[in-house]
Amino acid sequence: MEVFADFFRDLYDTTGLNFVIFYEEYESERFIAAVWTSLKLIVICLILSLVVGIVGAWAQGAKSRIVRLVMAGYIQFFRNTPPFVQILFFYFVVGTTLERAGLMPLVDMGGWNEPLIGNFGWAVVSLSFFAGAFNVEIFRSGIEAVPTATREAAEALGYTRLKSFIYVIFPLAFRVCLPALNNNLVNLLKTTTLAYAIAVPEMMYTANQIWSDNVNVTEMMFVLFIYYIVLVGILVWLMHKWERKMIILGYN
Amino acid sequence: MSETVTNTGWTPDQPMVSIKNLHKSFGDLEVLKGVSFDVMKGEVICIIGPSGSGKSTLIRCVNALNDIQKGSIKVEGIEVNDPKLDKLELRKKVGMVFQQYNLFPHKTAIENVMMAPIHVLKQPKAEVEERAARLIKKVRLEGKEQSYPGELSGGQQQRVAIARSLAMNPEIMLFDEITAALDPETVKEVLFTIQELAEEGMTCILVTHEMGFAREIANHIYFTDRGVIVEHGPPASFFTDAKDPRTKEFLSQIL
Repeated sequence: MEVFADFFRDLYDTTGLNFVIFYEEYESERFIAAVWTSLKLIVICLILSLVVGIVGAWAQGAKSRIVRLVMAGYIQFFRNTPPFVQILFFYFVVGTTLERAGLMPLVDMGGWNEPLIGNFGWAVVSLSFFAGAFNVEIFRSGIEAVPTATREAAEALGYTRLKSFIYVIFPLAFRVCLPALNNNLVNLLKTTTLAYAIAVPEMMYTANQIWSDNVNVTEMMFVLFIYYIVLVGILVWLMHKWERKMIILGYN
Repeated sequence: MSETVTNTGWTPDQPMVSIKNLHKSFGDLEVLKGVSFDVMKGEVICIIGPSGSGKSTLIRCVNALNDIQKGSIKVEGIEVNDPKLDKLELRKKVGMVFQQYNLFPHKTAIENVMMAPIHVLKQPKAEVEERAARLIKKVRLEGKEQSYPGELSGGQQQRVAIARSLAMNPEIMLFDEITAALDPETVKEVLFTIQELAEEGMTCILVTHEMGFAREIANHIYFTDRGVIVEHGPPASFFTDAKDPRTKEFLSQIL
C-alpha cells in the first residue's frame, strides 16, 4: 500500500500530475466514501427502476382506464422532461413542500433530526422513476412480442391475468427486451452523476470537491472517466452473462 | 350420487355440453348464426367444414376464449354466456389443444405439463411431477421430459400440449385442428394419442380436416358452413348419404 502511495507522491513531485486521492489519507477516505455512496445509489436505482418497469408494464395492461391513464401520464412526464430538472424538482419542490406541510417524517439522528427522505432519497426516487418510465416502455415492447396464442394457452389452462403475466408472459417478454433494457440501465448508471446537483456525495460531487481543494481538475476527470468505464463494463458484463443464461434452447 | 354432480344441478345423464342458438360476431361479421347441439359424456364429436365456416370459433366459445353475443353454452350446467362466469371453474373442466401447440417455450416438456396444476390448482409439486411423468409416458415421449419445445418436432410438441391439458384432469377436451400444422408422418402419432383418449372414455370435440380419422373415431359428425350446421349424423351415414348439396360438394372435394 505504501509503495502505491509513494508512486503517486513521486509522480506528483516529478511530473506535477496530482492524483491526491491515492496518497493522502484524508482525500482517499473521501474518495472511498464516494465509491460506496455512488455504488449504493446505482444499485438501488437499478433495482427500483426494474421494479417500476415491471409493475408499470403490468399496470399498462390493466382493465381500469384510470390506471392506464395514470401510467400514460407518468411515462409522458418522465420521458419528456430532462432528468436534471426532475431531480431538482423532487428535492427542492416536492421535498421542501412535504417538509413545510409537516408531511415528511423526521428521523432522530442522535441530537438532530433529518427528514426521512433527504437528498440521497430524492435522488433515488427521481432517478428510479426516470429510468423506470423507460423500462415500462421497454417491457411493454417485449410483452407485445409474446404471441397472443401463448397467452390464450395460459388462459385456457385457467391462468388469471396476473398469474399468466408472472409465469408465462413476463419471462418470455424479458428475454426479448434484454438488449434494450441493457442500454437503459447503462444510461441510468451514468445519469446517477446528476445527484451531484443536490449535493449527494457520490463520485461526481466528491471529485468536484477534491479538485476544488487540490486544483487537480484534469487528474480527477481521468479518475471519473475510468471509474465509470469500469462500472459500465461490469454492468454490461453481468447483463450479457444474464442474457446468455436466459437463452432458451430452440427458441428465438 | 356421483361426485360429478355440482351445485349447477347437472347430472351425468344430461348433455355434458349443451349449445343452444349460439350467435357469435366479430364486429359486423357474424361468424356463427344460431348453432345448437349437445355432447353427451364420453362422446367424440367431430366438426368439419370449409375454412372460415366458424368451426374454430365454435369450440373457442366453449371455453370462453371468445365471448358470444346470443344464445347459451352450458358445460356441465355452467352457463358460459354469463357475465359472472367463474372462468377458472370452467377451464378446470375443459381442456384445449391448439393448432400451433402454443407450448411455453421457456419451460421443458415436463415443466409445461406441471405448470398449470401447480400455479392454478396449487397442487403439491411432488404429486404433480409424478402425474406429469405418467402423462409424458402416456403420450409416448419418455426420455423427452427435459427437452425444450424448440427441440421437439411438431408432433412431439403437440403431444406435450395434449399431456399439458390432461394434467388439469379435464372432463372434456377440445381439439382445434391440432394436426393441421403437422407433417403427414407425425399426424399419425398425434391421432393415435387422441384415439387412445377417446377409447378411455374422454369426451372430445374435435375440429378436424382428417376425414378418415373422423370417420373412424367420431360418434357424431357436424358439418358447418357459413356459420350454421348444415348437416350432421353418425359417420356411417354422414359420409355415404349426405343430403345437402353443400355437404356433398365439400365431401367430394376432400374425399
